[in-house]
Amino acid sequence: MTTFTKIPRQVEDAMGKWSGSTSRRNFLKSSGLLVVSFSAAAIASANPLGGEAAAAAQAAGPYPDPDFRQLDSWVVIHEDGTATFYVGKTDGGQGTGTAFRQMMSDELDIAFDKTSLVMGSTDITVDQGGSGGSDAIEVDGPPARRVAAEARRVLLELASARFGVPPGQLAVSEGVVTVRTDPSKKVTYGELIGGRRFNVSLTGANINATAGLANVKSVPELKIVGTSPQRHDIPAKVDGSLTWAVDAKVPGMVHARNVRPPVAGAKLLGVDESSVRSIPGFIKVVSKGNYLAVVCEREEDAIKASRQLKAEWEKPATPPFPTSDDLYDYMRRATPTSSPAPNVVGNPEAALAGAAKVVEAEYEFPFQGHTAIGPAHGAADPSNGQMTIWSNDMKSYGLRTGVADFLEMPRDRVRVVWMEGPQVYGRTAADDAGFEAAFLAKEVGRPVRVQWMRHEETAWDTKSPAYTCKLRGGLDAQGNLVALEYEARAADHNHLGYNEPDTVLIAQLMGKRPAPASGGAAAPSDMYAIPNRRRALHVVGMPLVWETPLRTGNLRDPNGPQVTFAGESFIDELAAAAKADPVEFRLRLLTGAADDSEFRRARSIASIKAAAEAYGWDSRPSPKPVGRQTILTGRGISYCFRGRTVVVQIAEVEVNRETGHVWVKRLVCAHDCGLVINPEGLRRTLEGNMLHSMSRALYEEVRFDAEKVTSVDWRTHPTLTHADAPARIDIVMVNGDPNPNRPDLPHYGAGEAAIRPTVAAIANAIYDATGVRLRRVPFRDDRVLAALKAARV
Amino acid sequence: MSITLKVNGRAHAVDVDPSTPLLYILRNDLGLQGPRFGCGLGQCGACTVIVEGKAIRSCVTPTSTVAGSEITTLEGLAQGGTLHPLQQAWIDEQVPQCGFCQNGQLMNAVVLLDRVPNPTDAQIREGMNGILCRCMTYYRVQAAIKRASTVMSAALPASGEEVVA
Repeated sequence: MTTFTKIPRQVEDAMGKWSGSTSRRNFLKSSGLLVVSFSAAAIASANPLGGEAAAAAQAAGPYPDPDFRQLDSWVVIHEDGTATFYVGKTDGGQGTGTAFRQMMSDELDIAFDKTSLVMGSTDITVDQGGSGGSDAIEVDGPPARRVAAEARRVLLELASARFGVPPGQLAVSEGVVTVRTDPSKKVTYGELIGGRRFNVSLTGANINATAGLANVKSVPELKIVGTSPQRHDIPAKVDGSLTWAVDAKVPGMVHARNVRPPVAGAKLLGVDESSVRSIPGFIKVVSKGNYLAVVCEREEDAIKASRQLKAEWEKPATPPFPTSDDLYDYMRRATPTSSPAPNVVGNPEAALAGAAKVVEAEYEFPFQGHTAIGPAHGAADPSNGQMTIWSNDMKSYGLRTGVADFLEMPRDRVRVVWMEGPQVYGRTAADDAGFEAAFLAKEVGRPVRVQWMRHEETAWDTKSPAYTCKLRGGLDAQGNLVALEYEARAADHNHLGYNEPDTVLIAQLMGKRPAPASGGAAAPSDMYAIPNRRRALHVVGMPLVWETPLRTGNLRDPNGPQVTFAGESFIDELAAAAKADPVEFRLRLLTGAADDSEFRRARSIASIKAAAEAYGWDSRPSPKPVGRQTILTGRGISYCFRGRTVVVQIAEVEVNRETGHVWVKRLVCAHDCGLVINPEGLRRTLEGNMLHSMSRALYEEVRFDAEKVTSVDWRTHPTLTHADAPARIDIVMVNGDPNPNRPDLPHYGAGEAAIRPTVAAIANAIYDATGVRLRRVPFRDDRVLAALKAARV
Repeated sequence: MSITLKVNGRAHAVDVDPSTPLLYILRNDLGLQGPRFGCGLGQCGACTVIVEGKAIRSCVTPTSTVAGSEITTLEGLAQGGTLHPLQQAWIDEQVPQCGFCQNGQLMNAVVLLDRVPNPTDAQIREGMNGILCRCMTYYRVQAAIKRASTVMSAALPASGEEVVA
């Protein structure tokens, strides 16, 4: 068996700069500086390349937290004048890492291609929480920029001392400092400090406030930010050289597979180990409470054992949930577990009573899963009283703390080595698999790798909450929207947090029962000026609260697609009732209000206009007259905020009236997220968001009977395919700020905002094409066809 | 049972149960990381490798059935340190998001262009349709295939046939 674990190339590259040099030894001898010494040690041990290193188990630790108030924890200058940045973020494939390199290179004044970046491993990077909430650039970017600016300041001081001139008389470009009055006097960053420590303390009450003495550059001074260097992770992803978390291998490692309850809420009564003992390389059946797994020397044998293992389960006395066909009726009937007082503005009752026209509609959105292309996985090594976990969990720091708590180990004996993995768009089962790997490694006393099977990933991954949203709106005689009532029910009672030691699946199956974290119901985000409004947000639960495959957690913009489908479909219904053009109807709702903090309305208007212009929108009410042709075409618009990011999308669809099939032929996205770091990277992130949302609009729905989830693979849980790809996608990067060149233009989140409006844009386009309003997601062929037939289209 | 596998031009003898799916042998015995487990059901394509010019799903292919056949994995696409034109097109188009499925996208595209050097949009959609991506990079994958097709056609001698992998 070939045993090797490679590490991400940029880490390897960074290490290569040190190996064999005296500076590396100096780093290793340093005691006061955790990040550099431990990064070297950690990488050496995580990187058993070949024979001699392969013999090494993980060192005993401890793995103390790198000190974010030390400049050396963030920036290292090498002797050859290159730099390595260390950030506590992870990259799910949206180019976060490349964006951090751009921001930090700009502030340090070094060429982008002379830098590398290390991300997300708990013992070598400061704890910025990993990823989540699309706030990497918005929240974690500023401290990263400040520390890089501080490194530049210190380097200029060193040069100042060397040349005996004040720092103000020095110029710096691409890592070379020159004396302005005598350009023959020059020194590189590498010559100034290469391989040595800064030994500079930083300040900051918390990591987000980390700062040195230097100021960051103003926006017009930035040279690398706003350009599009290629993502540094892509070459190794296309030539096969990247080692992913799924590839983690360490000497003596064995393989595990889980055995899940066949019925949700079932109790494990007994296991017949003799049913698998004859499998070659069988090591152990591990069970505790209702958690059950098998461990074998070889992976394929662990899979075989998990299928062959005989276990006796007792079904729960009552059904764990309604069937997916009955879901919405159940949700409407259920007594809410949470019903905060409604938010009321003006007098919606009276306004509706006096309205010339009242429109009512109810929208339904199913549970949807992450269903990652690669099922959840993790590997863990328990040697020497420590625990090292190799994981793609986007919140590696939380995984570390959670596992330490779960296994009752000192936190500084646990570390998580973050590596790339399949999509991490929120609270994925990577959390659960990381805990399982660590638990199993401790039980077996050897390194264990566990991976979920496809049926587990699809059925047991966390789900985004299902929603029903009821809306009522009143138009006056002129077609103005005078009142809007919104009432949502979210099936989100047991919403999971990240890496919680008492809510990860293994903990639930072992019987832990924390108080449910009652998730919230959300409302659409918009800046519409509607004088009378009422919003009521309810949460409902399923009969089975714990140990259920219908456990909810954050999935890329956790409530956005659901409630925006309702909100922006309904605005379209109101526009149609007012016989108004959908773009003009929205613009009218955004115009004339006095309050416009942070230019929100101005930015919304600019984005709607930009999308309409890019599309070539012809002003007319929807629907358009339905002809007799087989393929009906239409266009729909949808608008929203996420945080401070504005997104407007227009979908153009073709609806086949004979099959009910919908093809989203063209998408336009106008997007304003403030300062853009990497336009080409952002463009692809927006494309991915929109197509992900198309998949959710057209295909995705977690199906279940009254015992179990029946969506278990790609046939029972279809997803978007190549055949569905739009023929054309236009992206317009809008900046609706009245002064986009101002020195402090902020950057807002862009990782998931663009997933929010797509479902509604598609629904509105289908309405425009056919005159049929679809109010239940997904718009599968059979549903569309039935709706067309019912409406005699 | 000892089985000889010819992978990326090198022969390897492995002693395994002949029914073991090829994927686990490639990954765990030969240390290859291009093909990945996605479903174990032949539904998603993440495990795709090329056997005698055909894209196959290694997760459902018994190892014994490919003994002695020429097997190419993602690691074997580049020749003499030069990336396959499709790999280069993937970089030029910046195709991957997470990238986990891209092994299947690339390997399937290699076989597609081998058979249809200048595919139409419809042929690309149809030829790639079984390869799933949950970051939904389909739009970029299709653009990269067109880009590579153009590059490869330009590089071909007038009557020549493209040699793949």
